Amino acid sequence: MTFDFMLIFDSIPRILTGIGMTFQLLFLSVFFALILAVILLLMRISGKWYLVIPNMIYVYIFRGTPILVQIFIIYHGFPQFDFIRHSFLWPIFRDPFGCAVVALALNDSAYVSEILRGGVLGVKKELLEAGAALGMKPYQRFIHITAPIGIRLSIPAYSNDFISMCKATALASTITLLDMMGAARAIVSETFAPYEIFISVAIIYLILTWVYQKSFGLLEKRMSRYVTQ
Amino acid sequence: MTNDIQEPIIRLEGVNKFFGEFQALTNINLSINKGEKIVVCGPSGSGKSTMIRCINRLEEHDSGKIIVSGRELTGDDKDIDAVRSEVGMVFQSFALFPHMTVIKNLMLAQQLVRKTKKEQARAIAMKYLERVRIPEQAEKYPIQLSGGQQQRVAIARALCMNPEIMLFDEPTSALDPEMINEVLDVMTDLANEGMTMICVTHEMGFARSVADSVVFMDRGEIVETAKPEEFFENPKSERTKLFLSQII
Repeated sequence: MTFDFMLIFDSIPRILTGIGMTFQLLFLSVFFALILAVILLLMRISGKWYLVIPNMIYVYIFRGTPILVQIFIIYHGFPQFDFIRHSFLWPIFRDPFGCAVVALALNDSAYVSEILRGGVLGVKKELLEAGAALGMKPYQRFIHITAPIGIRLSIPAYSNDFISMCKATALASTITLLDMMGAARAIVSETFAPYEIFISVAIIYLILTWVYQKSFGLLEKRMSRYVTQ
Repeated sequence: MTNDIQEPIIRLEGVNKFFGEFQALTNINLSINKGEKIVVCGPSGSGKSTMIRCINRLEEHDSGKIIVSGRELTGDDKDIDAVRSEVGMVFQSFALFPHMTVIKNLMLAQQLVRKTKKEQARAIAMKYLERVRIPEQAEKYPIQLSGGQQQRVAIARALCMNPEIMLFDEPTSALDPEMINEVLDVMTDLANEGMTMICVTHEMGFARSVADSVVFMDRGEIVETAKPEEFFENPKSERTKLFLSQII
């Protein structure tokens, strides 16, 4: 078997034509996931059983099934239901891009809400008591004490999750999307050189991951400036 | 129409508190007049902290009555916020907000609870930082201060709310020995200005020089209440004698 280094260099520009799609999938799904995760978090820490139980079921389902299965269910399964085809959501589920973003966001929100919960639980009890002793109401304590400290505590785990999501977007190529992985698969089907092409994709993902890691590292350092001298 | 008998500012009547099966407080009766300084001492686990934490309802008592500034503490949230903003509290662990500078620590509750305007809140904060003798630390983060300085900031933070009563929950127990006095000095100043204070502390020198009376607790009960000289020279109960022999 031969290994064609030139093919790696040649294919990278073509694979990069999918990077815009990869970024769109990543940033949109991460954005919606974050919003959903905050709602899920508030449900979970509300202490009300009728909010906690739905949250736990949601988290269990989305963490307990493969993300690829979730993408397939939404993309292949939803159009079979008339009520979805006739609802205002149809423009989203008709489009593979919409399906991919929805699946990725729903899945990620389950993880992120648990990450945020970890951060919230890490906030020292006496700080909240100090807030209470000063007469601050529960929502004021949440906004001014729990949230800023909890967010800082969540960043290392969140950075990990963000990198996972970056790679998970490659699954969208299975439902016809031309992200970097989709572009790579197209090249493979022309060149019959899966080795070189997939190694090229791996190199690009590694570079992206390095950038994300560094960025989160800087963010973490900045947000911790007041806890370490 | 004047009432000669002064209504106590804090009154506990038959207060009981349980943590599960464990009875943390048993039939606590205590009444404190405005301007009085009380030192509470006793072995660890005797219910001292639990008692003062009940006064601003960081712990909820299970039975009995607690009346603070004429308000009885019940499950009513609106009332409790009002009471809490009149009762300052200083914690053993300082409990400064680590993500805010010293000045922001002092301004936060003023702005949120008292609705004080920002500039005025800052002026009040600076006034109290000067009172605790660290105005130059205003823009630092808590981590950059020594323990003694942090605790003085915590005292200033409570004072910014202009409370009628100050509760101190072992304010010097987490400090290195050389920092204890700077905190006690601030507390002594406060006492001399007429603040109503309840201090849980093992600093017996402070109790002698500042307290109007000393309350000794053991196993969730108030064993003895006495003037400091009487308490130290002539304790009545055997449990008090044993405790004093161990700490002095």
